[in-house]
Amino acid sequence: MPYDIQTWVKVAALSGGGMAMGFGAIGAAIGEGYTAASANEAISRNPKLSGDIFKAMLVGQAIAESASIFALVIAMMLLFTKFASHVLMIPVLLGAGLSMGLGAIGAGVGAGYPAGAACTGMARQPAVSGRLTTNMLIGSAVCQTPAIFALVVSFILLFTDFSKSPVSPTWAAILGAGISSGFGAIGSGLGGGLVAQASCDGISRQPLTATPVTNVMLLGQAVTQTTAIYALLVSFILMFKTFPATDLIAPPMALLAAGLCMGIGAIGPAIGVGFAGKSAVDWIARNQEHVADLTRLMLVGQAVAESTGLYSLVIALILIFVV
Amino acid sequence: MAIEGADIVKAAAYIGAGLSMGFGAIGPGVGEGMAAAKACEAIGKNPKEAGLLTRTMLVGQAVAESTGIYSLVIALLLLFVV
Repeated sequence: MPYDIQTWVKVAALSGGGMAMGFGAIGAAIGEGYTAASANEAISRNPKLSGDIFKAMLVGQAIAESASIFALVIAMMLLFTKFASHVLMIPVLLGAGLSMGLGAIGAGVGAGYPAGAACTGMARQPAVSGRLTTNMLIGSAVCQTPAIFALVVSFILLFTDFSKSPVSPTWAAILGAGISSGFGAIGSGLGGGLVAQASCDGISRQPLTATPVTNVMLLGQAVTQTTAIYALLVSFILMFKTFPATDLIAPPMALLAAGLCMGIGAIGPAIGVGFAGKSAVDWIARNQEHVADLTRLMLVGQAVAESTGLYSLVIALILIFVV
Repeated sequence: MAIEGADIVKAAAYIGAGLSMGFGAIGPGVGEGMAAAKACEAIGKNPKEAGLLTRTMLVGQAVAESTGIYSLVIALLLLFVV
Protein backbone atom coordinates (compact mmCIF):
# COMPACT_ATOMS: atom_id res chain seq x y z
CA MET A 1 0.00 0.00 0.00
CA PRO A 2 1.87 3.14 -1.13
CA TYR A 3 1.70 6.09 1.22
CA ASP A 4 3.24 9.14 -0.40
CA ILE A 5 4.53 12.24 1.40
CA GLN A 6 1.36 14.14 0.55
CA THR A 7 -0.76 11.67 2.48
CA TRP A 8 1.46 11.90 5.52
CA VAL A 9 1.39 15.72 5.39
CA LYS A 10 -2.40 15.56 5.36
CA VAL A 11 -2.34 13.10 8.29
CA ALA A 12 -0.05 15.44 10.24
CA ALA A 13 -2.23 18.48 9.46
CA LEU A 14 -5.39 16.74 10.66
CA SER A 15 -3.81 15.34 13.83
CA GLY A 16 -2.12 18.67 14.55
CA GLY A 17 -5.43 20.49 14.17
CA GLY A 18 -7.14 18.00 16.46
CA MET A 19 -4.47 18.40 19.13
CA ALA A 20 -4.51 22.20 18.87
CA MET A 21 -8.22 22.45 19.56
CA GLY A 22 -8.43 19.46 21.91
CA PHE A 23 -5.72 20.62 24.30
CA GLY A 24 -6.61 24.26 23.67
CA ALA A 25 -10.14 23.79 24.97
CA ILE A 26 -9.08 22.53 28.41
CA GLY A 27 -7.91 25.77 29.98
CA ALA A 28 -10.54 28.25 28.85
CA ALA A 29 -13.39 25.96 29.88
CA ILE A 30 -12.00 25.49 33.40
CA GLY A 31 -11.23 29.18 33.81
CA GLU A 32 -14.63 30.31 32.60
CA GLY A 33 -16.35 27.76 34.77
CA TYR A 34 -14.51 29.15 37.78
CA THR A 35 -15.57 32.68 36.81
CA ALA A 36 -19.21 31.66 36.44
CA ALA A 37 -19.12 29.86 39.78
CA SER A 38 -17.75 32.96 41.50
CA ALA A 39 -20.33 35.14 39.74
CA ASN A 40 -23.16 32.96 41.01
CA GLU A 41 -21.80 33.14 44.51
CA ALA A 42 -21.45 36.92 44.23
CA ILE A 43 -24.99 37.42 42.92
CA SER A 44 -26.45 35.33 45.72
CA ARG A 45 -24.62 37.50 48.22
CA ASN A 46 -25.66 40.78 46.64
CA PRO A 47 -28.58 40.21 44.19
CA LYS A 48 -29.10 43.95 43.58
CA LEU A 49 -25.81 44.12 41.69
CA SER A 50 -26.61 41.19 39.44
CA GLY A 51 -26.38 43.37 36.30
CA ASP A 52 -22.86 44.64 37.04
CA ILE A 53 -21.62 41.25 38.17
CA PHE A 54 -23.06 39.58 35.07
CA LYS A 55 -21.29 42.12 32.87
CA ALA A 56 -17.97 41.63 34.71
CA MET A 57 -18.37 37.86 34.36
CA LEU A 58 -18.87 38.11 30.60
CA VAL A 59 -15.90 40.47 30.12
CA GLY A 60 -13.66 38.21 32.21
CA GLN A 61 -14.79 35.11 30.37
CA ALA A 62 -14.19 36.79 27.03
CA ILE A 63 -10.54 37.31 27.97
CA ALA A 64 -10.17 33.75 29.27
CA GLU A 65 -11.66 32.59 25.96
CA SER A 66 -9.04 34.33 23.82
CA ALA A 67 -6.38 31.62 24.24
CA SER A 68 -8.90 29.07 23.01
CA ILE A 69 -9.75 31.25 20.04
CA PHE A 70 -6.06 31.31 19.11
CA ALA A 71 -6.15 27.50 19.22
CA LEU A 72 -9.27 27.49 17.04
CA VAL A 73 -7.56 29.73 14.47
CA ILE A 74 -4.54 27.41 14.30
CA ALA A 75 -6.78 24.34 14.09
CA MET A 76 -8.77 25.87 11.22
CA MET A 77 -5.56 26.80 9.41
CA LEU A 78 -4.25 23.26 9.79
CA LEU A 79 -7.52 21.74 8.59
CA PHE A 80 -8.17 23.92 5.56
CA THR A 81 -4.81 25.10 4.21
CA LYS A 82 -3.15 23.16 1.42
CA PHE A 83 0.42 22.50 2.55
CA ALA A 84 3.47 21.74 0.40
CA SER A 85 4.38 18.07 0.14
CA HIS A 86 7.69 18.09 1.89
CA VAL A 87 8.82 15.65 4.56
CA LEU A 88 9.56 18.44 7.03
CA MET A 89 5.96 19.68 6.82
CA ILE A 90 5.02 16.68 8.98
CA PRO A 91 6.87 17.84 12.14
CA VAL A 92 5.94 21.46 11.33
CA LEU A 93 2.23 20.71 11.38
CA LEU A 94 2.42 18.50 14.47
CA GLY A 95 4.64 21.03 16.26
CA ALA A 96 2.39 23.99 15.44
CA GLY A 97 -0.66 22.10 16.72
CA LEU A 98 1.06 20.98 19.93
CA SER A 99 2.50 24.41 20.61
CA MET A 100 -0.81 26.25 20.37
CA GLY A 101 -2.89 23.51 21.99
CA LEU A 102 -0.72 23.06 25.08
CA GLY A 103 0.05 26.78 25.18
CA ALA A 104 -3.60 27.71 25.61
CA ILE A 105 -4.15 25.62 28.76
CA GLY A 106 -2.46 27.85 31.34
CA ALA A 107 -3.69 31.16 29.96
CA GLY A 108 -7.31 30.00 29.95
CA VAL A 109 -7.28 28.70 33.52
CA GLY A 110 -5.20 31.63 34.74
CA ALA A 111 -7.41 34.35 33.27
CA GLY A 112 -10.44 32.78 34.92
CA TYR A 113 -9.07 33.39 38.44
CA PRO A 114 -8.93 37.22 38.42
CA ALA A 115 -12.30 37.38 36.66
CA GLY A 116 -13.86 35.25 39.39
CA ALA A 117 -12.22 37.30 42.13
CA ALA A 118 -13.47 40.51 40.49
CA CYS A 119 -17.07 39.20 40.52
CA THR A 120 -16.81 38.23 44.20
CA GLY A 121 -15.18 41.56 44.95
CA MET A 122 -17.99 43.58 43.34
CA ALA A 123 -20.54 41.92 45.58
CA ARG A 124 -18.39 42.68 48.60
CA GLN A 125 -17.46 46.26 47.73
CA PRO A 126 -19.67 47.70 44.94
CA ALA A 127 -18.05 51.16 45.21
CA VAL A 128 -14.74 49.96 43.72
CA SER A 129 -16.19 48.01 40.81
CA GLY A 130 -14.49 50.31 38.27
CA ARG A 131 -11.06 49.83 39.78
CA LEU A 132 -11.69 46.09 40.10
CA THR A 133 -12.59 45.80 36.43
CA THR A 134 -9.45 47.68 35.37
CA ASN A 135 -7.28 45.53 37.61
CA MET A 136 -8.93 42.36 36.35
CA LEU A 137 -8.34 43.40 32.73
CA ILE A 138 -4.64 44.16 33.34
CA GLY A 139 -4.11 40.96 35.30
CA SER A 140 -5.81 38.66 32.83
CA ALA A 141 -4.12 40.36 29.88
CA VAL A 142 -0.74 39.44 31.38
CA CYS A 143 -1.96 35.83 31.74
CA GLN A 144 -2.50 35.74 27.97
CA THR A 145 1.14 36.48 27.11
CA PRO A 146 2.34 32.85 27.22
CA ALA A 147 -0.52 31.87 24.91
CA ILE A 148 0.57 34.64 22.54
CA PHE A 149 4.14 33.27 22.65
CA ALA A 150 2.76 29.86 21.68
CA LEU A 151 0.73 31.45 18.87
CA VAL A 152 3.83 33.25 17.57
CA VAL A 153 5.82 30.00 17.55
CA SER A 154 2.99 28.21 15.71
CA PHE A 155 2.82 30.93 13.06
CA ILE A 156 6.61 31.01 12.60
CA LEU A 157 6.63 27.22 12.19
CA LEU A 158 3.82 27.36 9.64
CA PHE A 159 5.27 30.19 7.58
CA THR A 160 9.00 29.38 7.61
CA ASP A 161 10.37 27.53 4.61
CA PHE A 162 12.28 24.55 5.97
CA SER A 163 12.59 22.83 2.58
CA LYS A 164 16.31 23.67 2.26
CA SER A 165 17.20 22.23 5.68
CA PRO A 166 18.43 18.64 6.10
CA VAL A 167 15.55 16.36 7.15
CA SER A 168 17.51 14.94 10.06
CA PRO A 169 18.00 16.54 12.61
CA THR A 170 15.71 19.46 11.58
CA TRP A 171 12.57 17.38 12.17
CA ALA A 172 13.50 17.03 15.85
CA ALA A 173 14.36 20.71 16.20
CA ILE A 174 10.94 21.69 14.80
CA LEU A 175 9.04 19.28 17.04
CA GLY A 176 11.15 20.33 20.02
CA ALA A 177 10.39 24.01 19.39
CA GLY A 178 6.65 23.32 19.41
CA ILE A 179 6.83 21.19 22.56
CA SER A 180 9.00 23.73 24.39
CA SER A 181 6.77 26.73 23.80
CA GLY A 182 3.59 24.70 24.35
CA PHE A 183 4.46 23.10 27.69
CA GLY A 184 6.40 26.17 28.78
CA ALA A 185 3.28 28.33 28.59
CA ILE A 186 1.19 26.21 30.97
CA GLY A 187 2.80 27.24 34.25
CA SER A 188 3.20 30.93 33.45
CA GLY A 189 -0.44 31.39 32.55
CA LEU A 190 -1.56 29.64 35.72
CA GLY A 191 0.93 31.41 37.98
CA GLY A 192 0.09 34.85 36.58
CA GLY A 193 -3.58 34.10 37.18
CA LEU A 194 -2.99 33.28 40.85
CA VAL A 195 -1.23 36.61 41.42
CA ALA A 196 -3.99 38.54 39.63
CA GLN A 197 -6.65 36.73 41.65
CA ALA A 198 -5.04 37.83 44.91
CA SER A 199 -4.87 41.43 43.72
CA CYS A 200 -8.57 41.59 42.76
CA ASP A 201 -9.38 40.03 46.12
CA GLY A 202 -7.17 42.49 47.95
CA ILE A 203 -8.59 45.59 46.24
CA SER A 204 -12.12 44.56 47.17
CA ARG A 205 -11.12 44.00 50.80
CA GLN A 206 -8.99 47.14 51.18
CA PRO A 207 -9.76 49.61 48.36
CA LEU A 208 -7.20 52.09 49.73
CA THR A 209 -4.34 49.72 48.96
CA ALA A 210 -5.23 49.52 45.27
CA THR A 211 -2.04 51.21 44.01
CA PRO A 212 0.60 49.09 45.78
CA VAL A 213 -1.48 45.98 45.16
CA THR A 214 -1.63 46.57 41.40
CA ASN A 215 2.08 47.42 41.27
CA VAL A 216 3.21 44.34 43.17
CA MET A 217 0.79 42.24 41.11
CA LEU A 218 2.54 43.37 37.92
CA LEU A 219 5.96 42.68 39.44
CA GLY A 220 4.92 39.21 40.61
CA GLN A 221 3.31 38.41 37.26
CA ALA A 222 6.43 39.53 35.43
CA VAL A 223 8.45 36.98 37.40
CA THR A 224 5.93 34.22 36.58
CA GLN A 225 6.39 34.95 32.87
CA THR A 226 10.16 34.40 32.94
CA THR A 227 10.05 30.62 32.48
CA ALA A 228 7.72 31.05 29.49
CA ILE A 229 10.33 33.42 28.06
CA TYR A 230 13.08 30.81 28.59
CA ALA A 231 10.89 28.31 26.74
CA LEU A 232 10.31 30.82 23.93
CA LEU A 233 14.06 31.41 23.72
CA VAL A 234 14.76 27.68 23.38
CA SER A 235 12.03 27.45 20.69
CA PHE A 236 13.59 30.30 18.73
CA ILE A 237 17.07 28.73 18.92
CA LEU A 238 15.67 25.39 17.76
CA MET A 239 13.76 27.01 14.87
CA PHE A 240 16.42 29.39 13.58
CA LYS A 241 19.75 27.64 14.20
CA THR A 242 20.94 25.59 11.24
CA PHE A 243 21.98 22.09 12.21
CA PRO A 244 24.39 19.99 10.12
CA ALA A 245 22.86 16.98 8.37
CA THR A 246 23.38 13.66 10.12
CA ASP A 247 22.59 9.98 9.69
CA LEU A 248 22.83 9.22 13.40
CA ILE A 249 19.91 9.07 15.81
CA ALA A 250 21.61 10.80 18.75
CA PRO A 251 21.75 14.41 17.38
CA PRO A 252 18.01 14.71 16.61
CA MET A 253 17.17 13.10 19.96
CA ALA A 254 19.32 15.72 21.73
CA LEU A 255 17.25 18.52 20.10
CA LEU A 256 13.94 16.84 20.94
CA ALA A 257 15.15 16.33 24.53
CA ALA A 258 16.10 20.02 24.75
CA GLY A 259 12.54 21.02 23.86
CA LEU A 260 11.02 18.53 26.31
CA CYS A 261 13.41 19.53 29.10
CA MET A 262 12.74 23.27 28.83
CA GLY A 263 9.01 22.89 28.22
CA ILE A 264 8.23 20.53 31.08
CA GLY A 265 10.81 22.16 33.35
CA ALA A 266 9.09 25.54 33.00
CA ILE A 267 5.77 24.37 34.43
CA GLY A 268 6.65 23.89 38.10
CA PRO A 269 8.74 27.00 38.81
CA ALA A 270 6.14 29.28 37.21
CA ILE A 271 3.34 27.82 39.35
CA GLY A 272 5.50 28.10 42.48
CA VAL A 273 6.42 31.70 41.67
CA GLY A 274 2.70 32.35 41.25
CA PHE A 275 1.96 30.95 44.74
CA ALA A 276 4.57 33.24 46.27
CA GLY A 277 3.25 36.28 44.37
CA LYS A 278 -0.34 35.47 45.31
CA SER A 279 0.43 35.33 48.99
CA ALA A 280 2.57 38.47 48.94
CA VAL A 281 -0.14 40.50 47.17
CA ASP A 282 -2.76 39.11 49.53
CA TRP A 283 -0.83 40.30 52.60
CA ILE A 284 0.14 43.64 51.12
CA ALA A 285 -3.58 44.39 50.87
CA ARG A 286 -4.04 43.57 54.57
CA ASN A 287 -0.82 45.02 55.89
CA GLN A 288 0.07 47.99 53.76
CA GLU A 289 2.86 49.35 56.00
CA HIS A 290 5.04 46.36 55.20
CA VAL A 291 4.95 46.58 51.41
CA ALA A 292 8.75 46.79 51.22
CA ASP A 293 9.38 43.75 53.46
CA LEU A 294 6.80 41.66 51.67
CA THR A 295 7.96 42.63 48.17
CA ARG A 296 11.57 41.82 49.08
CA LEU A 297 10.64 38.46 50.57
CA MET A 298 8.43 37.67 47.56
CA LEU A 299 11.30 38.36 45.17
CA VAL A 300 13.81 36.30 47.20
CA GLY A 301 11.38 33.40 47.46
CA GLN A 302 10.54 33.63 43.77
CA ALA A 303 14.20 33.70 42.82
CA VAL A 304 14.79 30.44 44.68
CA ALA A 305 11.67 28.83 43.19
CA GLU A 306 12.87 29.93 39.75
CA SER A 307 16.19 28.07 40.10
CA THR A 308 14.99 24.71 38.77
CA GLY A 309 13.65 26.50 35.70
CA LEU A 310 17.16 27.86 35.15
CA TYR A 311 18.64 24.36 35.53
CA SER A 312 16.27 23.20 32.79
CA LEU A 313 17.38 26.06 30.58
CA VAL A 314 21.03 25.14 31.16
CA ILE A 315 20.45 21.47 30.33
CA ALA A 316 18.45 22.45 27.22
CA LEU A 317 21.24 24.74 26.03
CA ILE A 318 23.87 22.03 26.69
CA LEU A 319 21.74 19.59 24.67
CA ILE A 320 21.57 22.05 21.78
CA PHE A 321 25.07 23.52 21.73
CA VAL A 322 27.47 21.17 23.52
CA VAL A 323 26.62 17.51 22.97
CA MET B 1 21.21 3.62 7.19
CA ALA B 2 22.68 1.23 9.71
CA ILE B 3 21.77 2.09 13.27
CA GLU B 4 24.57 1.30 15.66
CA GLY B 5 24.24 0.33 19.30
CA ALA B 6 26.40 3.16 20.60
CA ASP B 7 24.29 5.69 18.69
CA ILE B 8 21.07 4.41 20.23
CA VAL B 9 22.59 4.44 23.71
CA LYS B 10 23.65 8.05 23.23
CA ALA B 11 20.21 9.02 21.93
CA ALA B 12 18.58 7.39 24.94
CA ALA B 13 20.99 9.19 27.29
CA TYR B 14 20.04 12.56 25.74
CA ILE B 15 16.32 11.90 25.99
CA GLY B 16 16.83 10.66 29.54
CA ALA B 17 18.75 13.79 30.50
CA GLY B 18 16.03 16.04 29.09
CA LEU B 19 13.22 14.14 30.82
CA SER B 20 15.15 13.95 34.09
CA MET B 21 15.68 17.70 34.33
CA GLY B 22 12.28 18.58 32.86
CA PHE B 23 10.12 16.51 35.19
CA GLY B 24 12.57 16.99 38.06
CA ALA B 25 12.04 20.75 37.91
CA ILE B 26 8.29 20.62 38.54
CA GLY B 27 8.24 19.54 42.17
CA PRO B 28 10.92 21.82 43.63
CA GLY B 29 9.48 24.82 41.79
CA VAL B 30 5.98 24.29 43.19
CA GLY B 31 7.22 23.34 46.65
CA GLU B 32 9.55 26.30 47.02
CA GLY B 33 6.77 28.59 45.87
CA MET B 34 4.54 27.24 48.65
CA ALA B 35 7.29 27.90 51.20
CA ALA B 36 7.67 31.46 49.93
CA ALA B 37 3.89 31.95 50.02
CA LYS B 38 3.69 30.88 53.66
CA ALA B 39 6.67 33.05 54.55
CA CYS B 40 4.91 36.09 53.03
CA GLU B 41 1.82 35.21 55.05
CA ALA B 42 3.85 34.88 58.23
CA ILE B 43 5.60 38.23 57.71
CA GLY B 44 2.22 39.83 57.01
CA LYS B 45 0.96 38.56 60.37
CA ASN B 46 4.13 39.15 62.35
CA PRO B 47 6.39 41.67 60.60
CA LYS B 48 8.81 41.92 63.55
CA GLU B 49 10.16 38.45 62.89
CA ALA B 50 11.02 39.18 59.25
CA GLY B 51 14.68 38.14 59.63
CA LEU B 52 13.93 34.83 61.31
CA LEU B 53 11.16 34.04 58.84
CA THR B 54 13.33 34.82 55.81
CA ARG B 55 16.07 32.57 57.18
CA THR B 56 13.65 29.73 57.85
CA MET B 57 12.15 30.11 54.38
CA LEU B 58 15.56 29.95 52.72
CA VAL B 59 16.64 26.86 54.68
CA GLY B 60 13.35 25.13 53.89
CA GLN B 61 13.65 26.03 50.22
CA ALA B 62 17.24 24.79 50.12
CA VAL B 63 16.03 21.39 51.34
CA ALA B 64 13.19 21.39 48.81
CA GLU B 65 15.71 22.29 46.12
CA SER B 66 17.73 19.13 46.74
CA THR B 67 15.65 16.91 44.45
CA GLY B 68 16.00 19.50 41.69
CA ILE B 69 19.78 19.31 42.14
CA TYR B 70 19.65 15.51 42.03
CA SER B 71 17.85 15.81 38.67
CA LEU B 72 20.49 18.23 37.45
CA VAL B 73 23.30 15.88 38.55
CA ILE B 74 21.66 12.91 36.86
CA ALA B 75 21.09 14.94 33.68
CA LEU B 76 24.75 16.03 33.61
CA LEU B 77 25.91 12.45 34.31
CA LEU B 78 23.79 11.20 31.42
CA LEU B 79 25.14 13.89 29.12
CA PHE B 80 28.84 13.75 29.93
CA VAL B 81 29.73 10.59 31.84
CA VAL B 82 27.58 7.67 30.72
